[in-house]
Amino acid sequence: MQWETVIGLEIHTQLATRSKIFSAASTAYGAEANTQACAVDLGLPGVLPVLNAEVVTMAIKFGLAIDATVAPLSVFARKNYFYPDLPKGYQISQMELPIVEHGKLEISLEDGTKKVIGVTRAHLEEDAGKSLHEDFQGMTGIDLNRAGTPLLEIVSEPDMRSAKEAVAYMKKMHSLVRYLGISDGNMQEGSFRCDANVSVRPKGQKEFGTRAELKNINSFRFVERAINIEVERQIDILEAGGKVVQETRLYDANKDETRSMRSKEEAMDYRYFPDPDLLPVEITAEQIETVRQTLPELPEAKKTRFISDYQLSEYDADILTNSRELADYFEDVARQSGETKLSANWVIGELSAMLNKEGKDISVSPVSADMLAGMLIRIKDNTISGKIAKEVFEAMWQGEGDADTIIDNKGLRQISDTGAIEKVLDEIIAANPQQFDQLKGGKDKLMGFFVGQVMKAMGGKANPAQVNELMKKKLA
Amino acid sequence: MHTKSLAELAEGLRNKDFSSEELTRSSLARIKQYDIQLNSFITVAEAPALAQARQADAQLASGKAGPLTGIPIAQKDIFCTEGVRTSCASKMLDNFISPYNATVVQKYNDAGAVMIGKTNMDEFAMGSSNETSFYGAVKNPWDLEAVPGGSSGGSAACVAARLVPAATGTDTGGSIRQPAALCGITGIKPTYGRVSRYGMIAFASSLDQAGAMAGSAEDTAMMLNAMAGFDPKDSTSIEKDVPDYTASLNNDIKGLKIGLPKEYFGEGLDADVAAKIEQAIEEYKKLGAEIVEISLPNSSLSVPVYYVVAPAECSTNLSRFDGVRYGYRCEDPEDLEDLYKRSRGEGFGAEVKRRIMIGTYALSAGYYDAYYLKAQKLRRLISEDFKQAFEKVDVIMGPTAPSTAFKIGEKSDDPITMYLSDIYTIATNLAGLPGMSVPAGFSNSLPVGLQIIGNYFDEARLLNVAHQYQNVTDWHRQIPKGFE
Repeated sequence: MQWETVIGLEIHTQLATRSKIFSAASTAYGAEANTQACAVDLGLPGVLPVLNAEVVTMAIKFGLAIDATVAPLSVFARKNYFYPDLPKGYQISQMELPIVEHGKLEISLEDGTKKVIGVTRAHLEEDAGKSLHEDFQGMTGIDLNRAGTPLLEIVSEPDMRSAKEAVAYMKKMHSLVRYLGISDGNMQEGSFRCDANVSVRPKGQKEFGTRAELKNINSFRFVERAINIEVERQIDILEAGGKVVQETRLYDANKDETRSMRSKEEAMDYRYFPDPDLLPVEITAEQIETVRQTLPELPEAKKTRFISDYQLSEYDADILTNSRELADYFEDVARQSGETKLSANWVIGELSAMLNKEGKDISVSPVSADMLAGMLIRIKDNTISGKIAKEVFEAMWQGEGDADTIIDNKGLRQISDTGAIEKVLDEIIAANPQQFDQLKGGKDKLMGFFVGQVMKAMGGKANPAQVNELMKKKLA
Repeated sequence: MHTKSLAELAEGLRNKDFSSEELTRSSLARIKQYDIQLNSFITVAEAPALAQARQADAQLASGKAGPLTGIPIAQKDIFCTEGVRTSCASKMLDNFISPYNATVVQKYNDAGAVMIGKTNMDEFAMGSSNETSFYGAVKNPWDLEAVPGGSSGGSAACVAARLVPAATGTDTGGSIRQPAALCGITGIKPTYGRVSRYGMIAFASSLDQAGAMAGSAEDTAMMLNAMAGFDPKDSTSIEKDVPDYTASLNNDIKGLKIGLPKEYFGEGLDADVAAKIEQAIEEYKKLGAEIVEISLPNSSLSVPVYYVVAPAECSTNLSRFDGVRYGYRCEDPEDLEDLYKRSRGEGFGAEVKRRIMIGTYALSAGYYDAYYLKAQKLRRLISEDFKQAFEKVDVIMGPTAPSTAFKIGEKSDDPITMYLSDIYTIATNLAGLPGMSVPAGFSNSLPVGLQIIGNYFDEARLLNVAHQYQNVTDWHRQIPKGFE
């Protein structure tokens, strides 16, 4: 039987506020345990939450960016459960009336086609603390620094049909929240993580199969692995005549397997109800407009502009707008060098390859936009050839200085002195009379041979255009 | 000194008739002498109180004193006090010392008042008799075998016995007004949002409101002046100017329209209490007030609605008491589940556990719509009744409680009968309205309280109306035998 996979994602993204969602304590990552938890975060008797206005602005930005409805009235609710790292015994979240609803996000698939993924809702909530199970002699340590950190939970429709689509969606969302400046998207620190609802059904069937929820996946690679493994598991069960149980499962990256955490029967009753300590969040149309004015250029708009302003291909524009930092880098290089296509080629080609190879982010690239633009200017003014440029780039990457310094130090300046080139050319013609006759006789392929010989003799520094020009003269 | 009103004491301090330290020592001495009988204090903060008193004396000497500077007051043990135990009358918090002050406490400190101690109460403010306290029942100074009412029973008893001139209280369903009535003192529950809830240990967040209890409307007004106001730390507190509540006390009330809801004078009301309330109404007529009969048709729903909403909110408010970070933790827990079950099972008393169970049930999947949601809808109907009434009248009057103080143990085995002792006070909490209780005579030597309910933010009028009555009566000046 042919099976179809159905996936919906719940992405938790940490909002990049300085203070917590309901208290003034800092959200900075990595502080000593329990040093960034104030009375409110600790859930002391008598304390009350006060909403950080910045999170509302961030949620509005997000809502506008995914073309969603920003709710004129949304309500915080208590999600009740006991856990040692949940100080109040409830998490303040949103249930019935979330701040953002009915959005969408377009993703590009590998074959170049587009697909729109629906976003059911996005709601604000507070994060819990952390339970530390090691180093406490069989006891559990609690660190409440993270308690009260603002999260935006983004829930998609079950619109994805493969692990690859899920990854594409997650990447697109990751790029978007960073574009908007509402999250640092740091996955190692848990600022961007997701749960995946996965089910399979016979191809053509309308009803969804029974789903499993895969918890807390914190990398793009794991999303793909976890989903694929879960899909295989479910298909195996169904093909053996069994039934998939609705349950929450955990992906174990070390063992590369998913395993059951709790079934539907064991599912908790969270007893959601509106939090009486907080007023409903009211958002006016004016407020939304004010936030709209502050929206940065979003990936789609930027891409369209890159195509029309820089005459880039859709493919190039897509890659360059993948992240705001990469797009800014490209525009900086293009503006300084005045060479858009060349800039795009170098940013997508050599630069991206090196960044990938060394696992570096564009923000810490050893070759800055200024340096790359400086080198492109030297290509443009014929100081170096494209081939030599690769050597210069390599040297810049190794920290040997800017392009001009390297060109001077290594004597890489291109030779455009016609006399010098002609002298070498004459010597080569003299040494290869037979080939020269053949070329004259119309064997055009030999043109490359002569140009190559000249370049070789001149250490690659001859201006290729001039060599060609001189050859043509010799043949005339 | 103990026979003087707060206003008189404040004047005495300003005139240097006595110092705050002398006044504070006198109050401490009375507590030492009488509280063995009453059990109205959980913690007496002698050393910090004397330190505050000396500070107050310095302020008085420098002429920078305010109306409350140097006045000893008691804080209900539900308000967090930095450095002084805050138990909420529960074993759960028997060892809890707050690292911060509640906004109310801070405001009184800033006003120069002397915090003499923390008063007894029903555990987590859940009760109408002060019998659910981990620290034992409080006795009514008018009859040591009777309850003082609750939950602010300690505050009511210590003010009635003139151990302190004034105390704070909190009122979720009548917890200021009912004990004020049963102990023969004056108490006000302001409009929801008028006083900050920050640092006041939550029972039912949408109903809880802090207020003041004192010997008279004037003293209560002075207390309210210091405690009212917007607090950025409490999202439900309201940003609205606070008037000087003493400024309008002497306003003429001629032409005042008093509404008497027929539902507050029906079955269940003690006949003698009814008679005393009617006499009080007669006094108001003499003062020129006009009496209008009104109806609050949804009154009978108040108690059932309250006993869904309040337990629902308390069931989650009290989740933080889990034995993990502070408060009571059971001995040698086997695992996490055992830690939770025994810490909470051993740390909470029976009434608290009953309400957590009721509330958990009311919020459970499948029951939420039938209970919590329904209760919230009915709550709106109850508010609507008042809204319509206040289109016709300025204030609403009736009895505060259906009877005078009952005997200790009389109702403690019957929660339903106990819950009905708040039948006339609960609706104002559900609607968020301000309400007062004012002494209006005695029935079989026990005090009767007249309840005055006002429109939103109409505390100044309530206090004015109460003060005018107290100008022509002396019920509020009576001191229980044995405490003179």
